[in-house]
Amino acid sequence: MAATTTPPATASTATKGARSAKGAPSARGSRAGRVRSSKLAVNVVLLLISVLYIVPLLWMLLASVNAHASFRLSLPDPFTLDNFGKVLNVDTTYRPMLNGLILCGGATFLCVVLSILAAYPLSRYRSRLRKPFLYTILFSTGLPITAVMIPVYSMFVQVNLIDSMTGTTLFLAASSLPFGIWLMKNFMDGVPIVLEEAARIDGAGSMQVLWRVVLPLMWPGVTVVTIFTFIGMWGNFFVPFILLLDPAKLPASVSVFNFLSAHDQTQYGQLSAFSIIYSIPVVVLYLLLARKLGGGFALGGALKG
Amino acid sequence: MPLLPSAVLLAVFLAGPIGYCVYYAFTNMQLTGSATTDFVGFDNFTRAFGDPDFLNAVWLTLVFVVGSAIIGQNTLGLALAVMMEKASKPVKAITNAVVIAAWVLPEVVAGYLMYAFFFQQGSLNAILDSLHLPQQNWLYTLPILAACLANVWRGTAFSMMVYSAALNDVPQELIEAAEMDGAGPWQRLWRVTLPVIRRSIMTNLMLVTLQTLSVFGLIYAMTRGGPGNKSQTLPIFMYQQAFQNSLIGYGTAIALVLLLVGALFSTVYIRLLKLEED
Repeated sequence: MAATTTPPATASTATKGARSAKGAPSARGSRAGRVRSSKLAVNVVLLLISVLYIVPLLWMLLASVNAHASFRLSLPDPFTLDNFGKVLNVDTTYRPMLNGLILCGGATFLCVVLSILAAYPLSRYRSRLRKPFLYTILFSTGLPITAVMIPVYSMFVQVNLIDSMTGTTLFLAASSLPFGIWLMKNFMDGVPIVLEEAARIDGAGSMQVLWRVVLPLMWPGVTVVTIFTFIGMWGNFFVPFILLLDPAKLPASVSVFNFLSAHDQTQYGQLSAFSIIYSIPVVVLYLLLARKLGGGFALGGALKG
Repeated sequence: MPLLPSAVLLAVFLAGPIGYCVYYAFTNMQLTGSATTDFVGFDNFTRAFGDPDFLNAVWLTLVFVVGSAIIGQNTLGLALAVMMEKASKPVKAITNAVVIAAWVLPEVVAGYLMYAFFFQQGSLNAILDSLHLPQQNWLYTLPILAACLANVWRGTAFSMMVYSAALNDVPQELIEAAEMDGAGPWQRLWRVTLPVIRRSIMTNLMLVTLQTLSVFGLIYAMTRGGPGNKSQTLPIFMYQQAFQNSLIGYGTAIALVLLLVGALFSTVYIRLLKLEED
């Protein structure tokens, strides 16, 4: 689920190049040779692992343009774009993608706005409630959301929220909120408090300070939270699978699954084409994120506490 | 109070269901049939612990979590991070890209790709065939192994990124000092690097355990828990009891067990992080 599958990671690669170059020159001849051969071994092992990693991905790409795709990795024979043509229609692609956009977009928006609001007092004020609340938030990020889906289903049946896009959106937002608040708070901690004090002396209220001073200084943080929340939800299968019934309301994560089980064995090409279309938004968002923050990203705090 | 909207949403949609979960777990609630729901005490739990299918699911969950998260993702992630420190730039870039690509893809797509990969006429057997190694109908004979490998394929990027970051923070002087004292690469790793990053190791172990504990879509897309119950981990067993056998009460009891295990790990995780004192 979104809150627990979203990833904290940092990787500043800047210092690395200088470091690896350092070892060689001072070394004696035999050692330089050893360093070189161990580097070769490392490269070979990594390439082998990459090949194993790449086979399933490559299969998807090749099958999508193959008129006679099978489960075996093979070159397209003949090459065709028909698979894409066949899935690009309202029922198969456009509606599920739009549903996903409504559900995940709405939930992401809600989650981000509420995270900002909640993170502000948690980052700025010291109150008796602060610590218990932070512990609760952190604790909930670890809970397996999969486990609450059955009670959520029963609860939704009782209050008549089953098969409701609004209900599902609210639940998705709530389930990513703990992680969102936690990340947002850590980003907000990085904004110096001095600037706020200046604004306060000029008579600005808390909310004004938050929107006018703090927020403009932490757009990178807000972007990270937004993209990660969205990616987590876009791939989420179990929540909409349980809470939505009407095929017309299903997002792509569930419709791709139905597509998977409903079609006979000759449709691998179409399935792969659809899988690619469905994956494009998250891949693009991820690339934007990685680029913006220079390769890796400092989702610091999520792991460092 | 700007905390209020979040607190309300969390209370209604997370705390609420958890409370319901505790309550339902002690009832005989059903989806269909008997209209009344009665309080049945610990019946669901006694039943579960006497149910060979439940015990099978517990065992498979254990295999799945230990095999794919604790051993698989964690060790491979660490190994990749360590090797990438030494690798040349293009190799590093390629490895990074493919490992992360597998992780970014939506869960069901990953499940579909892994299904195709492990299918009897799929790519894995084609590779084994070309290497003259014995083939296997993976999804039929060893579905839980296939699921474990699939989860390693999909999830290792997370550990890899955590460890890359951690290794970056290891002071270079420490490594050099150990090198001066004549420590070989393995000794440096065991005696210097790993002790320094032990906190990252612990947190990563917790997080991958929690993530893997709740994996549903990946296994469901690959095998639906089958054949029979050979890849039926707790989340899938819970789903099947509640929705296919319509036993909401029983399914919820299983969910509660899962939730408690998650809560336990979550608590250890918080202990490890220890919020800064203030």
